[in-house]
Amino acid sequence: MRAKLLGYLLFPLLLPAFAAHAEVFEQTLRNGLKVIVKEDHRAPVVVQQVWYRAGSMDERTGSTGIAHALEHMMFKGTRSVPKGEFSKRIAAAGGRENAFTSSDYTAYFQQLHKSKLPLAMKLESDRMRNLLLSEVEFGKEIKVVMEERRTRTDDQPHALLNEKLMAAAYQEHPYQHPVIGWMNDLQALGASDAKAWYQRWYTPNNATLVVAGDVKAAEVFALARRYYGVIPARKMAARRNFGEPPQLGAKRIVVKAPAQLPHLVMAYHAPALRDPAQDWQPYALEVLAGVLDGNDSARLNKTLVREQQIASSAGAGYDSTSRGPGMFVLEGTPSEGKSVGELEAGFREQVARLVNEGVSEEELKRVKAQVTASEVYKRDSLFYQAMQIGQMESIGLSHKNIPLILQKIREVSAQQVQEVAREFLKDDNLTVAVLDPQPLSGKPKRKMEGAAHAH
Amino acid sequence: MRTKMLVVVALLLSGINSVLATPQIQHWQAPSGARVFFVENRNLPMLDVAVDFAAGSSFDPAEKSGLAGMTQGLLDLGAEGMSEDDIARGMADIGAQLGGRIDSDRSGISLRTLSSAAERDQALDILARVLQRPLFPEAVLAREKTRLIAGLKEAETRPESIAAKAFGKAVFGDHPYGVSPSVASAEKIRRDDVEAFYRTHYSADAAVVSIMGDVTRAEAEAIAQKLTGQLPQGGKAARIPPVAMQINTSEQRIAHPATQSHILIGAPGMARNDPDYFPLYVGNYILGGGGFVSRLMNEVREKRGMAYSVYSYFVPTLEPGMFQVGLQTRKEQADEALQLVRATLRGFIAKGPTAKELLAAKQNIIGGFPLRIDSNKKILEYLGVIGFYGLPLTYLDDFTGKVDKVTAAQIHDAFKRRVNPDAMATVIVGAPEEKAEPAK
Repeated sequence: MRAKLLGYLLFPLLLPAFAAHAEVFEQTLRNGLKVIVKEDHRAPVVVQQVWYRAGSMDERTGSTGIAHALEHMMFKGTRSVPKGEFSKRIAAAGGRENAFTSSDYTAYFQQLHKSKLPLAMKLESDRMRNLLLSEVEFGKEIKVVMEERRTRTDDQPHALLNEKLMAAAYQEHPYQHPVIGWMNDLQALGASDAKAWYQRWYTPNNATLVVAGDVKAAEVFALARRYYGVIPARKMAARRNFGEPPQLGAKRIVVKAPAQLPHLVMAYHAPALRDPAQDWQPYALEVLAGVLDGNDSARLNKTLVREQQIASSAGAGYDSTSRGPGMFVLEGTPSEGKSVGELEAGFREQVARLVNEGVSEEELKRVKAQVTASEVYKRDSLFYQAMQIGQMESIGLSHKNIPLILQKIREVSAQQVQEVAREFLKDDNLTVAVLDPQPLSGKPKRKMEGAAHAH
Repeated sequence: MRTKMLVVVALLLSGINSVLATPQIQHWQAPSGARVFFVENRNLPMLDVAVDFAAGSSFDPAEKSGLAGMTQGLLDLGAEGMSEDDIARGMADIGAQLGGRIDSDRSGISLRTLSSAAERDQALDILARVLQRPLFPEAVLAREKTRLIAGLKEAETRPESIAAKAFGKAVFGDHPYGVSPSVASAEKIRRDDVEAFYRTHYSADAAVVSIMGDVTRAEAEAIAQKLTGQLPQGGKAARIPPVAMQINTSEQRIAHPATQSHILIGAPGMARNDPDYFPLYVGNYILGGGGFVSRLMNEVREKRGMAYSVYSYFVPTLEPGMFQVGLQTRKEQADEALQLVRATLRGFIAKGPTAKELLAAKQNIIGGFPLRIDSNKKILEYLGVIGFYGLPLTYLDDFTGKVDKVTAAQIHDAFKRRVNPDAMATVIVGAPEEKAEPAK
């Protein structure tokens, strides 16, 4: 997950944790590191994830992308584990590993046979405080990041559209900046920026360790004390929290990029979950997204794609779990012969229906049935269960809220869904982004060579 | 993320091993003739089922490329007594998930449902109808064709799609493995074609049923029969023709306004039942399959920062699928990167792996075996592969032993015989501008 936007596309509905929640154990070490263990004995494997509460929203203008660049640098060696060795040792242990950065957090993970957990802890705790950050390695790795930006954003019309949408929708909040960073900033970043970032955020009292798998909680806590417990806490500088001033009228942007089909995104500012016991709007918005796009028979697919055939695809997304403000998004591609304007009118008609007529009990029941089933399916993925715990902790909620959130989603009423549609899906809250497809410059020119070529 | 994960390929290539308990696979033939592969697991109250057929895209008639995909896609968009919306609602009401999957060999449908009787029975009733009584409504076909064509037109503007299409053609020529749907071929698909394709390819004796989860053997037997007992009789399905293994060297440079060049290099590789499967699989891990520790990753990314993603893989299919090396890099350095990748490939083929590399590869593949079978979903995938490709039921038990037996000499020998760096196709989309002009 590298962007806020990717976040909600990947997790359209919050799918919280449950029946098995009794098997989750928690302990906070003296240095402030919170350790959470989910026991799951189905297979002799384990996943370790370390989550730092630092993401691109903690960056400053001019040095965007540093959270993600540091994530890359975390594989470049420490005093005792030279560059490349981290990955080699995990691989030699039969492990898989990677990391991801979002707007809200940065996380590192390894999946291995359960007997290899001490190795993973040894390596992960080592780079929590002993990272080497040389100018030479940074210079090489930032080029990799620039290639990543080209691959994922610059040459992807929809990603480009989303990037520019966020930049337009947010006036003050740092969600306006892409997680991967602006290219100009990447060109300006240096090892000293990485050092400052590492010093500021990579400390046990700003992290959560999640271990899930065929382990015993008491043993994991003992290991965590041994490997992570020795790292001293560091005083954290105060975190600046940005808000977003109210939007006072619709915004529109057009993005031109080489493509065949236009694309439309309509993004409405919406609240995110802050108080799981008292809030109700975020739950209603989750259900609303489910009514629109939670399954093949949901409204957008049924009406816009199948019946009216205005769209060749249409979807909705909302993620209640974020450190920053929320956003409710409708997006789609018009069918051949239909314009972006016609699709926008189609979306607006759907919004009007929600506001005027609400949703049926049957639709509500269907969405909730899926939430319930997903709770069971989720238990087939150790990684996802750990991910959900880490994510909740990293955005300032507790993994213990997960069952409550599930219950609250089940309690959402049709009237509440209608109310949030009325309150948030309105023009003053809206940013519309349109991809205006451009021809590839001229026809592709091809050259075939039959003979061998020089190397 | 630091790297792109090639999930599909990883699944096809993955094997498994046996220091730990491997799943007990039960196998039988249903009265319908379908072959069934079942693992009982009561840990979670859920059930996964998949039914696969030899009905992948390589069974498309050349002039109607896209027919296999269309047939598969229409299965759940209308069945006896149920509209597409009835089907979708019927599944959503009980939280069941229907999925389709298609590759060059296989086409199938998968279902995930709660195993409690009410949910399970409703989900299986719908699946049984979708598989055995699809209607392929004319109006739905027309709509889906329009959507397919829109998607194809969009793909024609995307550098990665342009590259994949040109590369398939360069590696396989007119062989179905190299043919991709076009606007023209999609336009030719008619309802009769879909119906005929279904009748020919979706027969019980060609079906592989995989069942994983919370049911008894007796229940699994009933499920398999229920899902296949009324499939069509089947017709004479054409076999996938043999692949011409030796190709001429070619290099295509295709202009594109993207900031990066997409580079693909390769040739026909190996089949799923290939005698060289294990040496090539382990060797490829070392060359470009092993995440951050492969040679290609080390040369291109770690040492020089020239790409975010660089990889190599074999696609092991019924007939030999492709061997592909790929990367994306800033246009200005595309030629330098291309030469580096070719040199790395040549070096590996000429000398084979070092003892140290082989040891590291085995440690990872064997040590990581438990991760390959740690969920119902992963085991279901293996059941499908074992069933469809006729691998031994002990495939998972034997896997680590086979990996362990591979020697550096075998890898060297297999790559030398099977991967010829002087007979490879290269495609560069978004080539450096001056080089993309016609030669003359």
